[in-house]
Amino acid sequence: MKPIKVIKIAWLALLKSKIRSLLTMLGIIIGVAAVIIMIAISAGTEATIQEQITGLGSNLIYVSASFGRAGPGSDFNSGGLVYDDAFAIADQINGVAGVVVEQSSTQSIKAGDISLDSVTIMGTTADFPSVRDMEITSGRYFTQEEIDRTTSIAVLGSSLAEELFGDQDPFGETITVGGNIRLTVVGVFDEKGMVGDVDYDSRLYTPITIVLEKLTNNQFSRFMGDRVRLIYVEVDESVGSEGERTLDDVIYQIELLLAKRHDVTLDEPDFTITTQQDIITTQESTTAAFRSLLAWVAGVSLIVGGIGIMNIMLVSVTERTREIGIRQSVGATPNDIRWQFLTEALLLSLIGGLIGVTVGVIGSWVFGEASGMRTVIVASSVLLAFGSAATVGIFFGFYPANQAAQLDPIEALRYE
Amino acid sequence: MKNRKPIIDGRDLVKIYQMGEFEVRALDGASIQVQEGEFVAIMGPSGSGKSTLMNLLGCLMSPTSGEYFLDGEDVSDLDQVELAQIRNQKLGFIFQSYNLLARTPALQNVILPLFYNRTSRLTDEEQQDKATNMLDAVGLGDRIYHEPQELSGGQQQRVSIARALVNDPVMVLADEPTGNLDSKSGAELMELLVSLNKQGTTIVMVTHDPAIAEYTNRTIHLLDGKVEREVKNGKEHK
Repeated sequence: MKPIKVIKIAWLALLKSKIRSLLTMLGIIIGVAAVIIMIAISAGTEATIQEQITGLGSNLIYVSASFGRAGPGSDFNSGGLVYDDAFAIADQINGVAGVVVEQSSTQSIKAGDISLDSVTIMGTTADFPSVRDMEITSGRYFTQEEIDRTTSIAVLGSSLAEELFGDQDPFGETITVGGNIRLTVVGVFDEKGMVGDVDYDSRLYTPITIVLEKLTNNQFSRFMGDRVRLIYVEVDESVGSEGERTLDDVIYQIELLLAKRHDVTLDEPDFTITTQQDIITTQESTTAAFRSLLAWVAGVSLIVGGIGIMNIMLVSVTERTREIGIRQSVGATPNDIRWQFLTEALLLSLIGGLIGVTVGVIGSWVFGEASGMRTVIVASSVLLAFGSAATVGIFFGFYPANQAAQLDPIEALRYE
Repeated sequence: MKNRKPIIDGRDLVKIYQMGEFEVRALDGASIQVQEGEFVAIMGPSGSGKSTLMNLLGCLMSPTSGEYFLDGEDVSDLDQVELAQIRNQKLGFIFQSYNLLARTPALQNVILPLFYNRTSRLTDEEQQDKATNMLDAVGLGDRIYHEPQELSGGQQQRVSIARALVNDPVMVLADEPTGNLDSKSGAELMELLVSLNKQGTTIVMVTHDPAIAEYTNRTIHLLDGKVEREVKNGKEHK
């Protein structure tokens, strides 16, 4: 018997009970759409996280202080990073492209008539724009010399500049920080957007020495000295390529250097070194877990859809026993009957799969628009979902089809 | 009407059903011959084995023992697939309850046996033509697209006759063909069967109605799974 005829017979049988066919397909439709939407959501999340991480600047090493290692009240001076550590790393370690130290303080600021509360004042160093991938749109950034001399200047984030000065060029304007510190604006950064939960555009950037010496509470300052929490080290691009030292080498060199400077052993360091890769790996394993959870949920709904098909096909075989008997009496072989029902199940799941793909693609877009979450439709997920629907159809259609094929013609003809 | 070849040659046919611990000998050594062109009735009280004999002759099952030659071919020991092909190519069935596919036009019902025919490969068009001709022959040429529920009992039974004939079978088996019809439609249907028989179709019919059996050439009476007696029927219609 020609396959096209078998498909035609099955198609006509499905058309005879449209509502039932549609309801049967519903499980598959939901399952396939769920797979596509879930994967689209997790792929979107993953892409966003990736962008944020690379937005932080690539090839970064984070050297952070392990404060309180010795505990409060004990010899506190023996723990933590100091400002000079950053210069030591920049000067003495090969393969370091830039070093940035950040120390922030939250202050109210005033420019002309406009006052703002709680603005993050970011004290930082000369390599900051290159390490953080920030670009100056107008004016300039500050130099190491200005940092060393504690020059009272500022560079504004794009949204902060707009808030304070609107369309006016803020170059040369004076901003009063914390009531009595007057800073002259020398530049504005280009828009950077949110990186993680940090808004770089609403900040004010100034030499770190300003923050350390003028904006930090006197008592705290005396207590802290020139301690910093975090040093960002940008590794040279050549690191890790063939014939060059590896990232691990660079990290080890930094560890040796800092241990020597702080007079601690590597077994009990007062600092922690984290790489960008560590963060990416953590994020990736989180999203991978998220994605496999979603995939399982979607997979289960596909199986439920398949069971729905099997259920309906079994009912259908019972209900159409007489029809099977008639077909057998005019010469249908067990295989003819088996193929007819298998084809029906397959058609149900394939059509359901197609509708599910459509619903899934449209649904991903609608969900993305409605929730503001980013969704990325993954081509392989569409194929996967469609393929599983077909597999489900064959798998769950086989048993009912076999039941139909094994009917005894005499019994089937007698069935009421 | 002489020297015709036997269409049915059943020898010592035995069919035993196993009902739990009991054996039921539904057929107990029945021998039956039907020649080409004959119109034969099989009668008998219920439990006499006529349904079993019908199912055997119709190749819907195989005998427990005995030999059955259909159109010269030994079909006593075939598997399901081979039996299905014999049914398709050599037999046509007419059932008491018509057994047409519901919600399916008469034409499609008649095409069904052609659909499962593996030897003659007709195109879709040829199949439609042939089925249309068959429906014409049974007087339903103007109702080929009607579905069974739109047809009277007599019309439905005529669709099933067209279906039985469409593959040019060597024999038509009719199981109480007038059982669900009123006497007028029943008589019309018997006239149709008689005229088909006159055109050369071999017909074997099971009935419990002696008046219906009168239409045939010969009646075989069954009792307790054996052939009790055979009677030639004198009544010849037209």
